[in-house]
Amino acid sequence: MAQTPKIAVAMTVNGQDVSARLEARTLLVQYLREGLRLTGTHVGCDTSQCGACVVHVDGKAVKSCTILASQCEGAQVVTIEGLAHGDKLHPMQEAFREHHGLQCGFCTPGMIMTAVDMAQRLGTPDEHTIREELEGNICRCTGYHNIVKAIDAGCHEMAKGQHRQAAE
Amino acid sequence: MTKTGIGASVKRKEDQRFITGSGQYTDDVSRPGHVHAYFLRSPHAHAVIRRLDIAAAKAAPGVLGVFTGDDLAADKIGGLICGWMIHSKDGSAMKAGAHPALAQGKVRYVGDHVAVVIAETLAEARDGAEKIIVDYEVLPAVIDTAGAQAAKTQLHDVAPRNTVFEWAIGDKAATEAAFGAAHHVTKIDLVNNRLVPNAMEPRAAIGEYDPGQGAYTLWTTSQNPHVARLVLSAFIGIAPENKLRVIAPDVGGGFGSKIFIYAEETVAVWASKKVGRPVKWVSDRTEAFLSDAHGRDHVTHAELAMDAKGKILALRVKTIANLGAYLSTFSSSVPTYLYATLLSGQYDIPAIYAEVDAVYTNTAPVDAYRGAGRPEATFVVERIIETAARQMGLDPADLRKRNFVRKFPHQTPVIMMYDAGDYRASLDKAMEIADVKGFGKRKREAARRGRLRGLGYSTYIEACGIAPSQAVGSLGAGVGLWESAEVRVNPTGSVEVLTGSHAHGQGHETTFAQLVSERLGVPMESINIVHGDTDKVQFGMGTYGSRSGAVGMSAIVKALDKVEAKAKKVAAHLLEAAEADIDFKDGKFTVKGTDKSVAFADVALNAYVAHKFPTSEIEPGLKEGAFYDPTNFTFPAGCHICEVEIDPETGVTEIANYTAVDDFGVLINPMIVEGQVHGGIAQGIGQALTEGAVYDASGQLLTASYMDYCMPRADNLPSFKLGFTETRCPSNPLGIKGCGEAGAIAAPAAVMNAMTDALGTEAVAMPATPQAVWKVAQSQQKLAAAE
Ligand code: FES
Ligand code: FES
Repeated sequence: MAQTPKIAVAMTVNGQDVSARLEARTLLVQYLREGLRLTGTHVGCDTSQCGACVVHVDGKAVKSCTILASQCEGAQVVTIEGLAHGDKLHPMQEAFREHHGLQCGFCTPGMIMTAVDMAQRLGTPDEHTIREELEGNICRCTGYHNIVKAIDAGCHEMAKGQHRQAAE
Repeated sequence: MTKTGIGASVKRKEDQRFITGSGQYTDDVSRPGHVHAYFLRSPHAHAVIRRLDIAAAKAAPGVLGVFTGDDLAADKIGGLICGWMIHSKDGSAMKAGAHPALAQGKVRYVGDHVAVVIAETLAEARDGAEKIIVDYEVLPAVIDTAGAQAAKTQLHDVAPRNTVFEWAIGDKAATEAAFGAAHHVTKIDLVNNRLVPNAMEPRAAIGEYDPGQGAYTLWTTSQNPHVARLVLSAFIGIAPENKLRVIAPDVGGGFGSKIFIYAEETVAVWASKKVGRPVKWVSDRTEAFLSDAHGRDHVTHAELAMDAKGKILALRVKTIANLGAYLSTFSSSVPTYLYATLLSGQYDIPAIYAEVDAVYTNTAPVDAYRGAGRPEATFVVERIIETAARQMGLDPADLRKRNFVRKFPHQTPVIMMYDAGDYRASLDKAMEIADVKGFGKRKREAARRGRLRGLGYSTYIEACGIAPSQAVGSLGAGVGLWESAEVRVNPTGSVEVLTGSHAHGQGHETTFAQLVSERLGVPMESINIVHGDTDKVQFGMGTYGSRSGAVGMSAIVKALDKVEAKAKKVAAHLLEAAEADIDFKDGKFTVKGTDKSVAFADVALNAYVAHKFPTSEIEPGLKEGAFYDPTNFTFPAGCHICEVEIDPETGVTEIANYTAVDDFGVLINPMIVEGQVHGGIAQGIGQALTEGAVYDASGQLLTASYMDYCMPRADNLPSFKLGFTETRCPSNPLGIKGCGEAGAIAAPAAVMNAMTDALGTEAVAMPATPQAVWKVAQSQQKLAAAE
């Protein structure tokens, strides 16, 4: 049988330029997990509903199981591994720990990436909005109670950070 | 209480790796040269395999091997087992049909394993599987739980009428007599809907064979790696235990579904030797729906006998439990000893008699799912008492109070001996938090908006801390249910605790360390909890049934006692005092009545250096192990109150308020306990309102993805109101009862009592989806209009 044709793909992941020759059907999540060994991005379903795979592509939250790696040609991709600055956690990561927003941790990377996107788009949404925004992220462990609290706190922290930056 | 000791809401140690994406789940494990397994699954619910031709698949690109049931049989690999023997009323043993890991001549549910293809890539394995030719002779399928015994088709030759067992518990004659004298009898028919556990991490396995050592390693998504090794070794025959290492790394939720030993890990580890490469299998979500053990699936008729004052005289229950196509690892215990032994609820019921028929159907195997039997029991007891109150015109809270057990220990008519509790206290506190007094006003206000508002109680009890080994042995368990621990103090005073428990979200790395920190005065960061690897940890029984606090931590307490006793001996020599004069507190050994002291870390170092004590009397080192066998179950209990609001025009239900007051005994880490309650409630609300596994008459699973199986999302749920009461558990050293399942046990009844209250009829089934609720609401409105 003929070799499956491969195509060249180049993008920036967590600030590093990466490139590879991939089968055209390779999903972004496969490239991240298997190609780059960034296993923090998880796969929890096969119908694009659980959100365990959420990463940022050019600043927007994207389900990496629903996009081909080749569609990210030239894109800036950020995964959970790229969210902290060195040892300094992102405020949303801190908020999840502080408010016990995770148990088994499997949904957590996707939750945090979704939450950061939420904060960037909506600032400090109310509880009702946070819950509606989480429609695409399933957690089986926490009952969402503490995830909602964590996101609320994380959004406020991020907003404070922006104020600080604006003031400087 | 210290800042990190027992009772403190310490932030979790394990979170750092999870929030940074550096957890290590099974699918994150990559072995040099690993290849991929893909299972060809049956598309039919029931069929004879007339021909299975794998020749073309074997020749497909990238394929390293294709194996069938014949290959397993040739290697003398045994079938999957059920480890709990149940006897029928007539004394006969349960009818366990053979359960081969790969089909032998017959398939019995959609998703049953026909063959495995192993290839360089997953895509090649899938492509290879498409080249397998199977001729199926399709047989009629048995699907319906209640109809299985009357079906013309039989699944297993050994099980006439598709009946696994016909089991009973309680005193039939006393129960009949009580019904004869009853003033009022309430009857109820209930279906406990079939659920799919849906841990967010799908099951996965990597098997690897080391020819140099002649030994296998299996990484797997397991709640109990030692039990997995024991079963794979002693019963399935993969390799002797000393040649099989099982590692359960980070596990992304279990809820029971990862207790069991399944076909896939069995085949993956076996095949790794066959193909000479590590073999990886990762379930996709559809496979998880098809082949993870499901939960619940009971059809029940229950009757409650009352006297004129609302005192319960007796309870009579008949349940048919669907165990699916094969008996999963602990399936037989769930609708029997984990279910009917809790039918007394929180009530003093003089006589109980329950019959349970377990049946085979052409559906996925059913086994323990969060709560395992106890949610089903609570649903029966709490639905029928609420219904009785309504029928007799009594306040449901008052009726409960009248019947609560008040004296402890309390022997129920169904085996259990409740050791401690205060059911009135949790009910009162929940009523206060839920503002039950203000409900009438809220209901009227909702009515003005065209909404139906209802309130429901669930005063549940459960049995955790499973369990005294002799007791469960006498009931048919194939294993003892103690737990093990080893406390290893290092020469520099840091500590490793090797525990037979396993964590998959519960936060043991934090709570277990809190215990050690409090006892030894060692800081949290100097304590490591080691679990999940049979090469590192002594044999242990694993985590399920909310047992790791009550049983697992008790084993650690025992080991810590021994560490302290030995360290005191060493300290006595260092301080040149009599051992009896040594006190240990806050990490310091002190000679009573003096200021002479030595720190724990110094004692540890000296224990290893062994210069200052006679090693003929005291062995060097500081490391102690313990096995703890519980003396009783523990009995967490509480009161949950749910308030719903229904829009009769759309059928949409909103959980307007949810209050949970639980008595879990002593709490180690309230933050973590609350998280467990939240998650349990969400699963219970899911069962009541959104979730249900549905097979069509031909045995196709109609709910095999998140498009069709409605997992509760954040916007289906409210924030919950929690409270605690505490009666210390007298049956273990820490006074812990366990908290992992309470929410899932209590919530379905609370929600359905609220739903039936709002709709004004008992005829509302789970899941009360908008469509189902809309139908009930419409027919209720028609009824009202006709009157
Ligand atoms: S894996 Fe992408 S949404 Fe589930
Ligand atoms: S923390 Fe386990 S799925 Fe969300």
